[in-house]
Amino acid sequence: MGLDFSIIPKYMDVILLGCAWTIGITVAAALLSFVGGIIFAVIALYAPWIVRQPFRLIEWLFMGTPLLLQLFLIYFGLVQIGIDLPAFVAGIIGLGLHFAVYNSELIQTAILAVDKGQMEAARTLGLSRAQALRKVVIPQAVRAVIPPIGNNMIALLKDSALVSVIGVSELTLSAQRVIGKTYRPFEFYMLAAACYYVINLCMEWVQRKIERRISISR
Amino acid sequence: MTEQTDFVQIRHAQKSFGELEVLKDISLSVDRGQIVAIIGPSGSGKSTLLRAINDLDALTGGEIWLDGTRVNKDLPHRQYEKHINEMRQQIGMVFQHFNLFPHLTVRENVTMAPMLLKGLSKDEANALAEEQLDHVGMLERIDYYPSQLSGGQKQRVAIARALAMKPKLMLFDEATSALDPELVDEVNQVMKTLAEEHMTMIIVTHEMDFAAAVCDRVLFMDKGVVVEEGPPEVIFKKPTQERTREFLRKHIEGAK
Repeated sequence: MGLDFSIIPKYMDVILLGCAWTIGITVAAALLSFVGGIIFAVIALYAPWIVRQPFRLIEWLFMGTPLLLQLFLIYFGLVQIGIDLPAFVAGIIGLGLHFAVYNSELIQTAILAVDKGQMEAARTLGLSRAQALRKVVIPQAVRAVIPPIGNNMIALLKDSALVSVIGVSELTLSAQRVIGKTYRPFEFYMLAAACYYVINLCMEWVQRKIERRISISR
Repeated sequence: MTEQTDFVQIRHAQKSFGELEVLKDISLSVDRGQIVAIIGPSGSGKSTLLRAINDLDALTGGEIWLDGTRVNKDLPHRQYEKHINEMRQQIGMVFQHFNLFPHLTVRENVTMAPMLLKGLSKDEANALAEEQLDHVGMLERIDYYPSQLSGGQKQRVAIARALAMKPKLMLFDEATSALDPELVDEVNQVMKTLAEEHMTMIIVTHEMDFAAAVCDRVLFMDKGVVVEEGPPEVIFKKPTQERTREFLRKHIEGAK
């Protein structure tokens, strides 16, 4: 049985639908990881001890355990305490929080690296510390971490394949299903790989555009 | 507590970092519209004193009063934060390193605080920014980013940003020390204009000529105390204290 790529067009719709799910989950999880990363960073740096401790536990949980396990826990485990999430939502939350913890580490470093004169200047104008963080410090920190966060987001795209195990028909699971019907693993895994590559290129392009836009202001 | 008649009053200001006493019982009063220069060697505590006025560096003892209100009131943390934010709106400050917000345009640097804190609409804030930037001769650069400006231009924008809050008092912390010599004059010019408009100003400076030309009073500080104070013609021409003479002599030699 040699290779036969001519079979691909027949199943292209399934694969494209898988791509759409992968893109949707990746974008949603990326946004969650970004906003969550900022919130986690602010908590880690500025919240009182009593708030910080539970978050350190969450941080440890998401950094110190496999993402796969986290997805199982969110999708299958939470049902037992009455939280029954659709698989794709569980996937977005799992991926989003997992990468939020990594983004938080980057954002914390960047916040600390913002010149302290910035906070002083804002406070001198009469801004509260929270206002100064929101308007002055965090926007600058976020600009500084766009490149490393972009790398995290590419990792997120690749790890989004893991949500196939909780039954979300994203790109990898779609490819597997087509292979189940056609017994053509090489062709369709190669196709899926090509799709990931294209999505990856698009993400890099978006990242470059964002970087170029913010570089004017530096 | 006695009634406060002076516009700005510092009473028995004291600050120490552990064993190190940076300010040792300093008292100073400034009338409305007066311009006071603080000079002295580095480490004399002059910047610390200036930064204590708006509580950027909290005093460990003593009181700061502005226009009948105590700035460093004894209040519980939360109430104090609210109080100090209101006080700081009335006290403009200009820093050695400008501290413009690099992610915002010149316009946004000026409009941010008035919009956020005084509830100005975008149009009102824009009109205010244009007025203040025109005042410092920076209107043409209103849509530039700070990185596109020279040091002198940055400092003029920083002054406009502070003035947009309509402060009662302006503090200048070595506003021209980080500038190339040829850019110092444009900033001094703006400060002179403010002086002519009777803005109350306290200026920490290394520029004796400027202090002599603009200020009503000069304080010479050394090792956390005010060694000597008086009108500039006295401090610069016939100081009574040996330490003042020595500092000025060194300073003049340094400038040559």
